[in-house]
Amino acid sequence: MGMVRVFERLGHQVEYPPAQTCCGQPPFNAGYWDEARAVARRQMEVFGDAEVVVSASGSCGAMIKIFNAMLFQGRPEEARAKTLAARTFEFSEFLVNRLGLSDVGARFEGRATFHDGCHGLRELGLKKPPRQLLQHVRGLQLVEMNDRETCCGFGGTFAVKFPMISTAMGEAKCAAIAETGADFVISNDSSCLMQLQGILDKQGSRVQTLHLAQVLASA
Amino acid sequence: MSAAAAQFRAQARLCAADLRHRHFIQTALAGYYAKRDECQNRFRSWARACQAAAAVKQDAVNHLDSCLEEFASKIEARGAKVFWAPAAAEARAYILQLARDRQARLIIKSKSMTTEEIHLNAALEKEGFQVVESDLGEYIVQLRHEAPYHLVFPAMHLTRHEISDLFHEKLGSPPTDDPEELTMTARRVLRLKYCQADIGISGANFAIAQTGMISITENEGNARLTASLPKVHVAVVGIERILPKLSDLALFLPLLATAGTGQPLTCYNSLFGGPRQPGEPDGPAEFHVVLLDNRRSELLADAEQRDALRCIRCGACLNVCPIFKSIGGHSYGTVYQGPIGAVITPHLLGLQQWKHLSQASSLCGACAEACPVGIHLHHHLLQNRRNAMRAAPLWREKLLFAAYAFVMRRPAWYRISARLARLIQPLHRWIGGSAVDPARAWTKTRALPRLAPKSFGRLWRERPRP
Amino acid sequence: MTHRETILARIREALKNPAPPPGQGAEMRASARAWLPPAGETLEEQIELFRQNAQHLQAEFHTFPDLPAAARHVRSLAAAGGWKKIGLHTGSLTGPVARELGLREVRTDCGYSVEELESCDAALTECEVLVAQTGSVLVSSPSAGGRALSVLPPHHVVLARRNQMVSDLTAALQHVSDKFRDKFPSFLSFITGPSRTGDIERILVLGAHGPKKLSVLLLP
Repeated sequence: MGMVRVFERLGHQVEYPPAQTCCGQPPFNAGYWDEARAVARRQMEVFGDAEVVVSASGSCGAMIKIFNAMLFQGRPEEARAKTLAARTFEFSEFLVNRLGLSDVGARFEGRATFHDGCHGLRELGLKKPPRQLLQHVRGLQLVEMNDRETCCGFGGTFAVKFPMISTAMGEAKCAAIAETGADFVISNDSSCLMQLQGILDKQGSRVQTLHLAQVLASA
Repeated sequence: MSAAAAQFRAQARLCAADLRHRHFIQTALAGYYAKRDECQNRFRSWARACQAAAAVKQDAVNHLDSCLEEFASKIEARGAKVFWAPAAAEARAYILQLARDRQARLIIKSKSMTTEEIHLNAALEKEGFQVVESDLGEYIVQLRHEAPYHLVFPAMHLTRHEISDLFHEKLGSPPTDDPEELTMTARRVLRLKYCQADIGISGANFAIAQTGMISITENEGNARLTASLPKVHVAVVGIERILPKLSDLALFLPLLATAGTGQPLTCYNSLFGGPRQPGEPDGPAEFHVVLLDNRRSELLADAEQRDALRCIRCGACLNVCPIFKSIGGHSYGTVYQGPIGAVITPHLLGLQQWKHLSQASSLCGACAEACPVGIHLHHHLLQNRRNAMRAAPLWREKLLFAAYAFVMRRPAWYRISARLARLIQPLHRWIGGSAVDPARAWTKTRALPRLAPKSFGRLWRERPRP
Repeated sequence: MTHRETILARIREALKNPAPPPGQGAEMRASARAWLPPAGETLEEQIELFRQNAQHLQAEFHTFPDLPAAARHVRSLAAAGGWKKIGLHTGSLTGPVARELGLREVRTDCGYSVEELESCDAALTECEVLVAQTGSVLVSSPSAGGRALSVLPPHHVVLARRNQMVSDLTAALQHVSDKFRDKFPSFLSFITGPSRTGDIERILVLGAHGPKKLSVLLLP
């Protein structure tokens, strides 16, 4: 909802095709590419002739922008996948690189740190846009954590297939967060937020996770 | 689950929970990160240098046959013997026969992952040859009867106290917590071995086709001594080590040092092109190069993953991998650890037995980012997963994802499932984390996310229309 | 089929599947030199760069106005180190310096035993070139008295002339390619600082197996 609020505040028209469900990343990651293709194909239909598709998640964005090409390589849908990829953007990327904005009129009081979701960081190459946006949020004190680019440990099915490793990685991340003294950790990927909040709650920590869009939507 | 997978899980679980070990490894690597960054910044463009290296290595791999032929003919012209080993067994057999024929007693070795790969030490020792590892880290793990922990830093998991205890026990040296004293102890012991050894066995970092030479990168000097003093020098070289031209070293030596150890260049980068030539004061009378295939040609045949043969075994991917840092090198149970190990081990040793290494990854991509020859390691892990599932699908999983795909293609079903999940969630609190909890894998160590009371779709529908 | 033929056949079969190359292999090779660290344009810059590198590597580096001055310096090293026996090879620089020292000598180019060399306190050699970009000394079997001389004794002293300084690794490799053509020696090595290891808790220790001390003396 945060994304919608931000766009409308900026005066854009937002469409939400209700038939959308999932980008197909879980089966893709697990190696079941036929099943992934079935889901991804449906998504391409749903978003068919959208002018621009904006995703709140670096992961889903990467799936559509990068991994669909792998899924449909050499197949009839390849061209359509590439077209959709070209029109799809992650939220912060869209605001900063496409709309040329850094200040979206947001206000949020608090001390926060930012966690770079791996897909957004490495597949989509987004390091600056989220920070540029956060720097203009009135009242927000942004502190960077050590090892900010290290994975939180979610990794999709990895989180439940190898929970001991996933948790170890998450705990290392939460320790880095704790060191900053931040009350909030912001990310542009809900899966990361789910992993981090899951561990923080278990630890009884007061640190809250927030999605970038939630912060930008606050006024 | 294969035996290897079960072993991996057990080890990983132990190591991931060992906070002391995790902290120790993190500290060990912190120094590397700082030095590596400093070195990378000295390059006028690290990124472009890596692109160039990727292109040169890919070229070499795409012309592997002609490059190997050129290498062999040039090095043979100087009197070296080249033995082509299709697999580990032939490589071992050749070296064993050589040791027998020369009536060797003591064999000195410098660091070589290929000799680990073919389990050479065990075979030699079984026949009664004494084998001594000369690289300090390798020497230490050899004394402990352990496998190397890391491609480049074999003993990085040990504290100085553990090493002091080890030397005290095995060498009778007085206990000390001074790394210099410990190093000098090893130096004294190993110097005698160099002088007495009958055969020196090394690996090679590169094999130069144009001039018929192998190139060995090191810091200690033990490889130089291994290749200089004994009468026979054997180098075991993976066929993918080929570089086309001598001048390529000007790019690859700094790249390897920076990515591997955070140095602008390592101490010794030596080229060996043959046995002692007429007029030379010293050098081995015999020089044997064992070119090892051992299923590398199968990796070559996989057009999708062929670029993994560009690997220069720098270890950079291990150093940035959060999985490696959580579970340590020994958990992998393989000669090649970390991301590159997860990618190539299925090709070298079998996909179904080793697919778990490709699955035990969050696919963060730090490895691909760190790779100086641009191998898309994280994508290869995805491909390994797909190949494994295609060949032998796990029916429970396949059913689950088929159901998933069914629901995801029907928005009405999706909405119903989401609504059901919302209804059930409060009930889950009763069984959360217990043995009957289906989400136990998550809930044992993490709280479940709280589903929003209304889905986005519903919120959207309920918005006041302008 | 021989093993060689087996492997080559496997490779050729494998290469029938075309794989996309990253592209422009030849051009990228040619341009690679431009991405490496800078190497100093003039000789003076190169000498200065070598000096800075040597310091960082904990190698000794001095320039001398003539050979006698260099010899005096080596004598002071010998006194400080308590040298009794040195290894060396016959050379226009090593010979005169060794004469100044008047110590027992092991000449590797006249046949030697490993035990004799192992008990030397220092080694005196010349070299092929010095590399400014990396602070390296390129030695070869002919220029440095064989393979073991420059790595076995605990202190390695290199005597070089200014005109042996080259800018970078590319230039160094070009030099040996031009000099030796097809008749390469069996051994070449880039020596970059004294021997070292970080295998114990990543703590730097010098003199792991090779020399603990490296001295590079530059003559006109």
